[in-house]
Amino acid sequence: MATIVSYTARPRRLLQALLLLFAVAVGVGAYALVGLGRFEELPANLLELGVGALVLVLVLQIAVMWRAPYADPVILPVVVLLNLLGVAMIESVHAANSIFGLRGSASADRQMLWSVVGVALCVALVVLLRDHRRLRRYTWISAVVGGVLLLMPLLPVIGDSRNGSKIWINIAGFSFQPAELAKIAFAVFFAGYLVSRRDTLALAGPKVLGIHLPRWSDFGPILVAWGFAMAVLVFQTDLGTSLMFFGLFVVMLYVATDRLSWLVIGAVMFLPPAIFAATQMSHVRTRITCWLDPLSSANYGSCEQISQGLFGLASGGLIGTGLGEGRPDMVPHAESDFIFSSFAEEMGMVGAFALLLLYLVLVQRAIRAAVGISDGFGTLLAGGLGFVMALQVFVVVGGVTRVIPLTGLTLPFLAAGGSSLVCNWIIAGILVRLSDAARRPAARQVDGAGPAPAPRPAQEVRS
Amino acid sequence: MSELTLVALRLGLVLALWIFVVVVVLVLRNDLFGTTVVTRSSRDPRREQRPASGPPGASPAAVDPASLRTDPEVTQAAMVVTAGPLRGTSLTLGSTPILIGRAPECTLVLDDDYASNRHARVFQREDEWMVEDLGSTNGTLVSGRRIEGAVPFRPGAQVRIGRTEIELRRGPR
Repeated sequence: MATIVSYTARPRRLLQALLLLFAVAVGVGAYALVGLGRFEELPANLLELGVGALVLVLVLQIAVMWRAPYADPVILPVVVLLNLLGVAMIESVHAANSIFGLRGSASADRQMLWSVVGVALCVALVVLLRDHRRLRRYTWISAVVGGVLLLMPLLPVIGDSRNGSKIWINIAGFSFQPAELAKIAFAVFFAGYLVSRRDTLALAGPKVLGIHLPRWSDFGPILVAWGFAMAVLVFQTDLGTSLMFFGLFVVMLYVATDRLSWLVIGAVMFLPPAIFAATQMSHVRTRITCWLDPLSSANYGSCEQISQGLFGLASGGLIGTGLGEGRPDMVPHAESDFIFSSFAEEMGMVGAFALLLLYLVLVQRAIRAAVGISDGFGTLLAGGLGFVMALQVFVVVGGVTRVIPLTGLTLPFLAAGGSSLVCNWIIAGILVRLSDAARRPAARQVDGAGPAPAPRPAQEVRS
Repeated sequence: MSELTLVALRLGLVLALWIFVVVVVLVLRNDLFGTTVVTRSSRDPRREQRPASGPPGASPAAVDPASLRTDPEVTQAAMVVTAGPLRGTSLTLGSTPILIGRAPECTLVLDDDYASNRHARVFQREDEWMVEDLGSTNGTLVSGRRIEGAVPFRPGAQVRIGRTEIELRRGPR
């Protein structure tokens, strides 16, 4: 039993401004190097990108200074840098495709447009959502919204099937992955639900094999979440999305109840569906084969993507081929699913590790906000969002580097794709709001001085 | 543009990326060291100070020393946790009743699976401290015997709630 006392309550807004400028400088520099490496001249729209990025960063800085002055100074610079590196990589893949003509890929303009949309939504969220506890009112609404979003790809007209997975919808020429938005809705729902139920879910039941199991009557919620994840797996045939939602629920359950047994139960419960998918679904079976043995002559053709990705990683070596000088166009989907291998090819192991560290910092900031925040709802929301980001990075990077079988998730902020980018910017906005609540001095509990002095009417959100 | 400049720029970018990471980590270091984890134990000076220091803002010099040392007959009682996760915690008993349980609004919040949300209450009745079971699932034991309703809580008697044991102590601490 320990109490955590935090003494730092400095806004550090100047530091954030400097870090944001640094991030823009590195990101725009990367974009310029792509043009220099590919065409030996600066890209034509370099000035537009630079000015655009500076304007967006200025808007972000003003919004944070105005409405979230105590927010974490590190979150937004890291996110901006990741986004700009993604734009540079997508441009590199596009330029390589236009030169060598192996296959086509969209230019980075679309990603820039989506970045603007994402930043706008992030700013709107920070400005309009004054108190994260207000989200708790929408607990059950977000459950319904999340469920509908997740099931939308199964609808006949707008649903769209790609690579064997039905996780896309198509409306008026725009394709969208609703699971990305459903992720946020479910994080809000799980946080609101678990914060009111965690006391009963934490009760100890029978002891089996040295761990305290929960009471049998408390297995209801996890069974419902499991059933939902199974429905996603069976009807949308996507193991990654299914794993993401079930993992989110199990981890938030663990954070809420502090019982290790829930993690063990969750892992055991996910085994049968994983085995089912591996044996019954042809595209998952192919991916398992490609995970175990992609380079043998028998599998080489069907595992082209992963084996080319491995060759990309290998040709990058320690310091990489240099931006705009590799051949990421050899890999199918090099700008979305395999952007990590493209990045590692051109920036090398040194760059790839820097990238992973940026993600590590981002996840650590989310979990730090979860620790520092004084209400259970905020803790669960920040912990859940941080975890789901970490899980996505692990699943994608692990899939590309053959640590685990490849599944269809996106690398947050980096991979090409509007839905993923916009939703991750919304998550960044929520994290800024949560970290502001965690670091605001008035909200900190005074250690042991009885009931904490309520800085704001805390009761209004109790439901 | 020459090959050499391009290579220099490339390495410069990698360097800038790493400088960014290092700067961010340096910022975080501050955050890590700005936090202390205080272990709850009876020897912790922080906890010792708190009940005794009285209202914050009152300077110690202004308090009459005689008023602190009270007559043993009318000393304040303290409730001390002698076993369980909160071992070492002590609560000075005043005129208000003390609620013990897992619910966050309790005075003594137990992190114990075998305790109920509102498990027991300790209160004063006519110069005597009483302990009352509030209909808990696993019961409250006073000196090894499960109680029904309110029974007197005598100094030295052990009250057991789940894994937690509580004793009443009289006299100046």
